[in-house]
Amino acid sequence: MKDIIEILNEVNPGVDYEHEEELVTNGILTSFDIVTLISMLNMKFDIDISVTDLVPENFESAKAIKKLVDKLK
Amino acid sequence: MKNNIVEFLDDIIKLYPRKNIFIEKNKKITYKQFGDYSKLVASNIIEKENLVNEPIVIFIDKSINALEAMIGTLYSRNFYCILDTNSPKNRIDNIIETLKPKLILTDNKNKEKIESYSYNINILNIEELDNTLKFSNYKKNINYCLTDPAYVLFTSGSTGVPKGSVILESSLISYIDWFKNEFNINDKTIFGSQTPFYFSMSVSDIFSTLVSGATFVIIPKVNFSFPMKLIEFLNEYKINTIYWVPSAMSIVANLKTFDYIKPKYLKTILFAGEVMPMPVLNIWRKNVDASYANLFGPTETTDIFAFYKVNRKFKDNETLPMGVPCKNVDVIMINDEGKECNKDEVGEIYVRSPFVGNGYYNNKEKTDAAFVQNPTHNSYIDIVYKTGDLGKYNKYGEIEYLGRKDFQIKHMGYRIELGEIESNINSLDGINICACIYDNDRIVLFYESNTIGDSEVIEFSNKYLLNYMRPNVIKKVMKMPYNANGKIDRVKLKELYREGE
Repeated sequence: MKDIIEILNEVNPGVDYEHEEELVTNGILTSFDIVTLISMLNMKFDIDISVTDLVPENFESAKAIKKLVDKLK
Repeated sequence: MKNNIVEFLDDIIKLYPRKNIFIEKNKKITYKQFGDYSKLVASNIIEKENLVNEPIVIFIDKSINALEAMIGTLYSRNFYCILDTNSPKNRIDNIIETLKPKLILTDNKNKEKIESYSYNINILNIEELDNTLKFSNYKKNINYCLTDPAYVLFTSGSTGVPKGSVILESSLISYIDWFKNEFNINDKTIFGSQTPFYFSMSVSDIFSTLVSGATFVIIPKVNFSFPMKLIEFLNEYKINTIYWVPSAMSIVANLKTFDYIKPKYLKTILFAGEVMPMPVLNIWRKNVDASYANLFGPTETTDIFAFYKVNRKFKDNETLPMGVPCKNVDVIMINDEGKECNKDEVGEIYVRSPFVGNGYYNNKEKTDAAFVQNPTHNSYIDIVYKTGDLGKYNKYGEIEYLGRKDFQIKHMGYRIELGEIESNINSLDGINICACIYDNDRIVLFYESNTIGDSEVIEFSNKYLLNYMRPNVIKKVMKMPYNANGKIDRVKLKELYREGE
């Protein structure tokens, strides 16, 4: 979880990623952020997030992102 | 003869009163309803503020409310300036100071925010109008004129102080006439809108909609992060025409979205605002059978002055031409000596057209530098717009874009277009985007990539670039910096480079 939050902070700093539950719905992550985030997750965890995993539900919170990463690892 | 774009809308309202003009999430509005509400906005502006030909700021997000405020302002014979509600306050301060607006239009959602800025300018909430006012009572006293400004749009300007391009009704009407006819916008057209309303590209799809009986669907911004949802959305609303920035198309192509889902109704695909990466266009062309066109132009020429309808195959390492001038546009190429270019000569592009705007609001110095007498004669007043873009004609008689004049450098005695280096490197597989700056006699290349590193870039530039054009310094960035207008922030890149030294 810690490394996910670290990555999120690198993409778009200054957000309370531990508690924010609507990163996408609230527009905290822009489309540029999401593209960057995906390439960083792919590199860091050696996974391949495909376009079918690229749905808002998987990116609304750090927890949801972790779930996605765990599934793909 | 019609003297204001709203007079075209009046005709269309009579033809298609019950057809949807605008659609957004959870809301639809017909031509008749939209016309009526815009006129109510106008009546309230006239009754309460008594303004004619004055600037009115619109502080509303991309929505039907914003469109009602824009068209309402035009009905009242004033001109609007639409702001990015999310832009930093100091940028808004700058614009307000330059524009000195007489009124701010807002809605319930943004009222509190704009009030908190305390500008000491009247604010009208378009969701709290006096709905007893009848536009017909005011209309008889309105004398629309082709020389009235329609709007002012602010762009960032290289110095960081925003410049407000003034566009008159005459420019808007003649530009939209071209756009509508060239791309056959009609009552069957369903636009899927991507660009923000404070960006000149949106002028094309908004105004061509309301003079043709088309339908304009606002695509929720979040869909541009999730390509599958985006394509589902296009299919759900049967969108057949898009006019997007290339980066929106890149996201779809780069994530192999078309392996899973394809747009079913798209027939016309237009793009502008930045250079289209050829691999992206090739993926789209392979998967979506539609007509494609590359549009080119700055805010100062309403939107577009030249265009290229994609009609032949391109390899991934080739670049699209800027194309040919629009109908009603004269492109003049001027060389270093201030003379018209010969056939194959590189020159700066000047635009002579009714599409050309009327300078920058309250900024005589910048206006005089860019809106100049036609350099080919002195016989009568003939103001042309000096684009700062370089081009030359290719063997097909099309103009090739060679980058910004400001990015032209002299390096080791050679004249080099940084844009040429960029378009070469951009064609390398794995590069998301790159940008060059020139600092201290060195060409510095910044690139963003998920898959490749410096060694691939160096190998590629050794193979494909002339030796004096090869970057001296190569830097990989996690994320390319962009300015408020979505263009690569070169000032920031220079800072980054100098910090690193």
